[in-house]
Amino acid sequence: MNEQAKPNSFRTGPDETGMFGIFGGRFVAETLMPLILDLEKEWEAAKTDPAFKAEIESLNTYYTGRPSPLYYAERLTEHLRDIAKKQGKTGGAKVYFKRDELNHTGSHKINNCLGQILLAKRMGKTRIIAETGAGQHGVATATVCARFGLPCVIYMGATDVERQAPNVFRMKLLGAEVKPVTAGHGTLKDAMNEALRDWVTNVEDTYYLIGTAAGPHPYPEIVRELQSVIGRETREQMMAAEGRLPDMLIAAVGGGSNAIGLFHPFLDDTDVRIVGVEAGGRGLNGEEHCASITAGSPGVLHGNRTFLLQNPDGQILEGHSISAGLDYPGIGPEHSWLSDIGRVEYVPIMDREALDAFQLLTRVEGIIPALEPSHALAEVIKRAPDMAQDQIIVMNLCGRGDKDVFTAAKHLGVEL
Amino acid sequence: MTTRIDRRFETVQAEGRPAFVTYIMGGDPDYETSLRIMKALPGAGSDVIELGMPFSDPMADGPTIQAAGLRALKAGQTLRKTLEMVRAFREEDNETPIVMMGYYNPIYVYGVERFLDDAVNAGIDGLIVVDLPPEMDAELCLPAIQHGINFIRLATPTTDDRRLPAVLKNTSGFVYYVSMNGITGTAIADTSAVNEAVARIKGHTDLPVCVGFGVKTPEQARAIGASADGVVVGTAIVAAIANAAGDPVEAATALVRELADATRNARLAQAAL
Repeated sequence: MNEQAKPNSFRTGPDETGMFGIFGGRFVAETLMPLILDLEKEWEAAKTDPAFKAEIESLNTYYTGRPSPLYYAERLTEHLRDIAKKQGKTGGAKVYFKRDELNHTGSHKINNCLGQILLAKRMGKTRIIAETGAGQHGVATATVCARFGLPCVIYMGATDVERQAPNVFRMKLLGAEVKPVTAGHGTLKDAMNEALRDWVTNVEDTYYLIGTAAGPHPYPEIVRELQSVIGRETREQMMAAEGRLPDMLIAAVGGGSNAIGLFHPFLDDTDVRIVGVEAGGRGLNGEEHCASITAGSPGVLHGNRTFLLQNPDGQILEGHSISAGLDYPGIGPEHSWLSDIGRVEYVPIMDREALDAFQLLTRVEGIIPALEPSHALAEVIKRAPDMAQDQIIVMNLCGRGDKDVFTAAKHLGVEL
Repeated sequence: MTTRIDRRFETVQAEGRPAFVTYIMGGDPDYETSLRIMKALPGAGSDVIELGMPFSDPMADGPTIQAAGLRALKAGQTLRKTLEMVRAFREEDNETPIVMMGYYNPIYVYGVERFLDDAVNAGIDGLIVVDLPPEMDAELCLPAIQHGINFIRLATPTTDDRRLPAVLKNTSGFVYYVSMNGITGTAIADTSAVNEAVARIKGHTDLPVCVGFGVKTPEQARAIGASADGVVVGTAIVAAIANAAGDPVEAATALVRELADATRNARLAQAAL
């Protein structure tokens, strides 16, 4: 990438055309453009409207259960210090978890869905569509649609429908129609294509509730702002607990909504190191991974320019991850920019390492994490022993692992 | 500067008839067959050829064209080969305008400047890139114009009078009116609404206005051709190629002949009413 001048602030993007450096933008069909401009106008009005803010805060408190705790993982910290000692080191940073897995619906996804459904209502839309991979965003969308009484169609790759059966049933219980997508390879990317096709067809009455900080402008900004409650709470809670900011933030990155939510309020605190963890799958040699930044290249897909897994002809690859929530060949455009400009470091974690971390946390802290934050946890395990004991890491524990119990059992060779 | 597209519409308008525009997917079902089909289109009555550039994730296309793109990719089609198809076509036909249609990513990855140089050398006249609205003109539209290539924009039912000037601003060659909100291949519900929309667009521009998305039958071609400057058929031809019992070239040309006749006679049919 070209060397870019460091900006005065890392928090001012996107620009008025929706760009973060060369990333982002509005690469959509003309049919959708008028609607996207309407959405931008409505969002600009909503984000400065005290009534909108108050309604989100009230829902966050009484419906989701925010603020989520900032938890000092004492036993994990001790465990990692023991490992350091055995290696002849004196380190072992203090590890805190931002516990967004305790939210209603079991992940950070609800933060975004509540804000966007309020936007949909402001715009007078009467029908909600969404895509989902693992089903967490689908469940959160179906939940808010039930709460606000709007019909809801969830597009889900046929392969994912099969491997995430409990979440499919959950969505149906909540009243959503789940449409399996057989086009392509039947995973998240194909579900997103199909949701876009629905949207282009039903643009007059339908709101597309995108689940991650990607897609055409203004979606990456909307999702980031709605998820930034994670980082804002973390700052306050960390000041209360330790009287200072952490030394390092770590979060898993698929599309990147939980990560940008934690990172964004800290971007201008340049003493805070920030690490995004991509799914390394079965390894970066070959195509069985989802490490868009580490092993991909810039391209245009689903309305934005960002790092993508693609072949030399610009055809998008499928990717692979043990975690259905990270199984996407792209990443939110702001992450691509933060990588390009050197503010955030992005690293891969393999399926195997994530699965080990998943088991470790379960036994040491009595918390079953989702496979997505298990990737972040594996990076914590690598880094903490090499940091001093008075240093602090905050990891976003963005989802709980109930949904992954069957997947984990399969990989561990256990029959349920 | 006039292009093959401008000259073809001048000719067709002098003949007092709408143009018949055909879409095929480059490399479907394979390179050789696709090139044979392309070469046979003008003789069957196609005035302008839209050549699809296959893409793995065609967000604005229905199942028929999605499947055609995947077939082409599986058979080894690349953007370089699609350009090569045009070069091979131009060895025999230097008059029929060729518009390449598809999505931005393969062009972006190929490199915009390199792509436009190669497109000019291959004999391409126009581009339709579905996911580049006027807000993104700096990406490809303006460089294409500098290379003498027409950038043909889609206008849709959601493009209102306020937005039309922005959509038309850097458009040249012709305007492609998308008959309904939706993906390629869905049936047109209301041809009279389409005719009204064409009249509305023609109030904003002197460019020819062609109508596509959902034109499948000779009756529809006739109805649309009564007011539009051109009728675009894609999905029906792609389906004929996919479902051909015998030679796909014959299947495609038989359908094109039938639809071309209907389109050519659209105004006569109307005058006779």
